[in-house]
Amino acid sequence: MTLLSVKDLTVRFRTEDGPVLAVDEASFDVAEREVVALVGESGCGKSVTALALTGLLPRNASVTGAIELDGSQPSRQARGRDIAYIFQEPMTSLNPVLTVGRQIGEVLRKHQGLRGAASRRRVIELLELVGIPLPSRRFGEYPHQLSGGMRQRVMIAMAVACKPKLLVADEPTTALDVTVQAGILDVLRNLRDEIGTAVLLITHDLGVVADVADRVVVMYAGRVIEQAGVVALFARPTHPYTRGLLDAVPNPARHADGGLREIPGRVPVIRTPSEMCTFSDRCWYADEVCRSTKPLLAPGPAGHLVRCWHPLEADHAGA
Amino acid sequence: MPVLEVLDLVKHFGPVRAVDGVSLRVDSGEVVGLVGESGSGKTTLGRCVTRLVPVTSGRVIMNGTDIASLSRRALRPLRRHFNIVFQDPSSSLDPRMTVGEIISEPLRLHHIGSSPQRRARVDELLDQVGLQREMARRYPHELSGGQRQRVSVARALSASPSLLVADEPTSALDVSVQASVLNLIGRLQADLGFACLFVTHDLAAVEFLAQRVAVMYLGVLVEVASREELFASPRHPYTQALLSAAPLPDPVAQRSRNRIVLSGEVPSPVDPPSGCRFHPRCPVAIERCSLEVPPLRPVGPSGALAACHLVDDSGAAPALT
Repeated sequence: MTLLSVKDLTVRFRTEDGPVLAVDEASFDVAEREVVALVGESGCGKSVTALALTGLLPRNASVTGAIELDGSQPSRQARGRDIAYIFQEPMTSLNPVLTVGRQIGEVLRKHQGLRGAASRRRVIELLELVGIPLPSRRFGEYPHQLSGGMRQRVMIAMAVACKPKLLVADEPTTALDVTVQAGILDVLRNLRDEIGTAVLLITHDLGVVADVADRVVVMYAGRVIEQAGVVALFARPTHPYTRGLLDAVPNPARHADGGLREIPGRVPVIRTPSEMCTFSDRCWYADEVCRSTKPLLAPGPAGHLVRCWHPLEADHAGA
Repeated sequence: MPVLEVLDLVKHFGPVRAVDGVSLRVDSGEVVGLVGESGSGKTTLGRCVTRLVPVTSGRVIMNGTDIASLSRRALRPLRRHFNIVFQDPSSSLDPRMTVGEIISEPLRLHHIGSSPQRRARVDELLDQVGLQREMARRYPHELSGGQRQRVSVARALSASPSLLVADEPTSALDVSVQASVLNLIGRLQADLGFACLFVTHDLAAVEFLAQRVAVMYLGVLVEVASREELFASPRHPYTQALLSAAPLPDPVAQRSRNRIVLSGEVPSPVDPPSGCRFHPRCPVAIERCSLEVPPLRPVGPSGALAACHLVDDSGAAPALT
């Protein structure tokens, strides 16, 4: 069952340097209990997409397109209740003068009217859910007394306190060490298994994607350029950019010897809707068609959705 | 012939024991990867080696001279023999200097060459790091992150040092740009033959670039081995856990591997645990581990080093599940 459906989401910013088209007709779905990774490099529009879903964009942004939850456009209130959001840096989103228990309790009081012992019981249950040891002791501690990994767990506990249908996690492990990251990724997996939350994971880290995602949406310069199941995407990328991204990551299985693949040039800043493939000036296969006509996201080889005039066939894409 | 030999190096910041007795050698033409998580002391070690911070005790022997105890004045002429590339090129390049001035600064400081010779050297370096010669007249803010990091590399190499310390040179960059900087450092190292201490938390980057790898945990080295040996058969339980925690960019392999999840977090370097510093988190620790500090000693026939009571002299290591 489709939980979240994003159709032609477009986000423009008015800036001092002129307009910026941050997201250009992005469309994708997230099914119930599904972990979808939204992947791309800086400036691809992945975080702006996440902010648009949760209604957290700044005032200089204008948003068009449709966001549907369970088949209908959610009210502001439903969006706040059903879509939760966690950020990269937990310390900036936790209140330093409130104890962990009080912060989570506040959410429960506001949205579910829980107070006193019932609230405390539920907070401890949530701390257990996110794998915090000795939850009854942590209840009375302040954010500064916790490590980075524990803070991120508290953020997740707070985000899922009201049983959201979708958790949007924007680079939740980027600021953490790998041994701590492994634990947080386990928590995200557990949420799905234990309370059935779907997760939209925004990340640039292909290792994290390989570890937890069911499906992958790749963005480049504001556009969704490829979508596929995680195994299919890594085994057989069909957009040249996806292929380039996978080849750029050091991976002994792919680079027995020789160098890493580089993608020449840099990500363009898109100001107005462009009538070309925005990757064409960096693409190895680009021709006149790519430079003059915008490709659409359409079924391509291996059943991937791909926005490319010349998607890679198996012989190009094989590892 | 070692370019750099660090002997029992200690660096304390007040009560913080950031580096607490590290010995490490980097041979001529060799790339040694120094890996560890935050708080392991790897960055501090890189800064001690380049004498950007004073050393508390121990020796840093650079090309035969102990620079740990030299005065700043005595050190100055030796500085041309080593240099460092930092993580964030936007804060390590002077925004008021042109790229050409930045790259030729080490040459000016060490009075190397005449002014036309320095200009020619800047051109040569720009060629080597893959930037157009016209870039010499630009300012850092006009460049992308990857281009700035290329400028940092060119500056570090301009006086032809025998040792380059690269401190997380790719961590602030996007994946596709990381690839080009890793390729660049690898190619220049092979062409020019300088030794390199590559400090990073990124295991995949180390596996790509380094010939030998040293693993640091809470101020001490726990394992040193060749790249092949370390990645194929890590011995120290911390190394095993670290390798298993870094997700592979391959969903099939990643989901079928045996993962070791460590309990707890890295303890404070103010009051490190007794005995082996890893023992409170080690899944296979025995009583001896909390009592006796394990020395970094040769294990196995290849000359690999490990600091663990449970790794025996033949190199057999404890299995973690």
